[in-house]
Amino acid sequence: MIFVLEDTINGILMGSIYGLTALGLTIIFGVLKVINFAHGSMLMVGMYVAYWAVALTGLHPYMALFVVVPVMFFFGYYVQDLIIKPIFKAEKEVREPITVIIVTTGIWYILDNLTLLLFGPDYRILQDNPLRGKMLEAGQMLISVPKLWGFCAAVVTAASVYVFFQKTRMGRAIRATSLDREAASLMGINQYKVYNIAFGIGTASAGIAAITLVPFFNVYPTVGVLFDIKGFIIVVLGGLGSIWGAIVGGIIIGLIESVAPQFMTATWTEAIVYGLFLLVLFVKPSGLFGVKYDW
Amino acid sequence: MSFLEVEEINVFYGDVQVIFDLSLHVEEGEVVSIIGGNGAGKSTLLKTISCLLHPQSGQIRFENALLQNATPEEIVARGIVQVPEGRRLFSLMSVYDNLVVGAYNRRAAGSQEESLQQVYTMFPRLKERTSQIAMTLSGGEQQMVAIARGLMARPKLLMLDEPSLGLAPVLIKSIFKTIRAIADQGTTVLLVEQDVNHSLSLSDRGYVLEHGRIAMEGQAAHLLEDPHIKAAYLGL
Repeated sequence: MIFVLEDTINGILMGSIYGLTALGLTIIFGVLKVINFAHGSMLMVGMYVAYWAVALTGLHPYMALFVVVPVMFFFGYYVQDLIIKPIFKAEKEVREPITVIIVTTGIWYILDNLTLLLFGPDYRILQDNPLRGKMLEAGQMLISVPKLWGFCAAVVTAASVYVFFQKTRMGRAIRATSLDREAASLMGINQYKVYNIAFGIGTASAGIAAITLVPFFNVYPTVGVLFDIKGFIIVVLGGLGSIWGAIVGGIIIGLIESVAPQFMTATWTEAIVYGLFLLVLFVKPSGLFGVKYDW
Repeated sequence: MSFLEVEEINVFYGDVQVIFDLSLHVEEGEVVSIIGGNGAGKSTLLKTISCLLHPQSGQIRFENALLQNATPEEIVARGIVQVPEGRRLFSLMSVYDNLVVGAYNRRAAGSQEESLQQVYTMFPRLKERTSQIAMTLSGGEQQMVAIARGLMARPKLLMLDEPSLGLAPVLIKSIFKTIRAIADQGTTVLLVEQDVNHSLSLSDRGYVLEHGRIAMEGQAAHLLEDPHIKAAYLGL
């Protein structure tokens, strides 16, 4: 019994990190209405930035936040501004231009291969960082300390993004644009600037996710693919565009991955994840926290 | 020079021409109606003035400045604000959030609180519903939010696209009364309507738009007496 409880806790912790990796995906989709296929690669870029920031300075991994968050925000901001915006402008009449999805796929390949070129295929892990392999003993249970940090980071990040969207001038403008971009521009909101900022926020949150992963996860050029596929399932499960849906969706996946192997062969967990995914699509296509839009 | 001057514009949707050599003008402080049936090009005209669409030829001037190749948000910053057809509220946001988004442009942002008090005075109903989600409001209340949101942007020229659409007759009366009140407070109003009787009654001048061309123009009172308009639009 105690093992199930331990697995449940660790599943929630890891799941919240999955949720954090998917948060940017859901934010960007919510505003731009396109799936960003490069999201996993942006997470990977974030992991490399975090890795080098920590490896070169020897600081606590979470101190890298001060480097990674601004770097990733502007990285996302300018990827949207310089590469994606021109496509949106050319396809003004289309609400969900498929060409943008193809372009983000191109960005994915370019980023992955550029990283391969620059850093080689090696797996890198932060040796002797203060969080590595740390376990917290609670009764007879062992709780992973870096994942506990990750859980806190996920909750704080989701809450901050939520408050920003609800309470600030720019946050309201972003929500207005996501609900009706033409009406928003009639209210004086520059749609493309909103897209830049939403992309920046989404990428910065991938950067925070990268920091939570770096203390216990290998960094390599194609690491993003792992989280890409998981991310798509999470955001559809939680409801595309929903901030808390992403975190809850992530926790559900984390729980299944961690608890299910106690009762069956570990290879079945994937089948359960995809089965649940299909079930949600059948029963509630808008996802657990999704809303039916009527525009 | 007029306050708003539209000179011989031709507007296309793709290959289809919707507006043909259209000219009109609006003077400061006026209420001007543009009336016409479905598909006459009324909404297209407003979208062109708002720079959501750009004319293939012709010019639009506002306060003597050319609106060539401007973006919709620059138009708002200059003081032309459109209340779009079908209200187009931010459906999942509260009444308060909708209003505050209206004051997004720099010119209006500074006086947001003052504007908020003004629109609450004009629409006391909205003050009661300030935290309600917009899509749960009744049609009349939604139209109030749409107009109030437009006023929050501090317009010099307010353009209303079919504010009476889909409303009960009682509400239509009160919406038109409100529009008159807005004009009396010094905002220039360009009103696009199918409800010819009500809109001409409160306007100074009117234009009749048919198949993308101005078919008739003149003092609102004269237009109301015109036999063609009586036959075609008022069913008399």
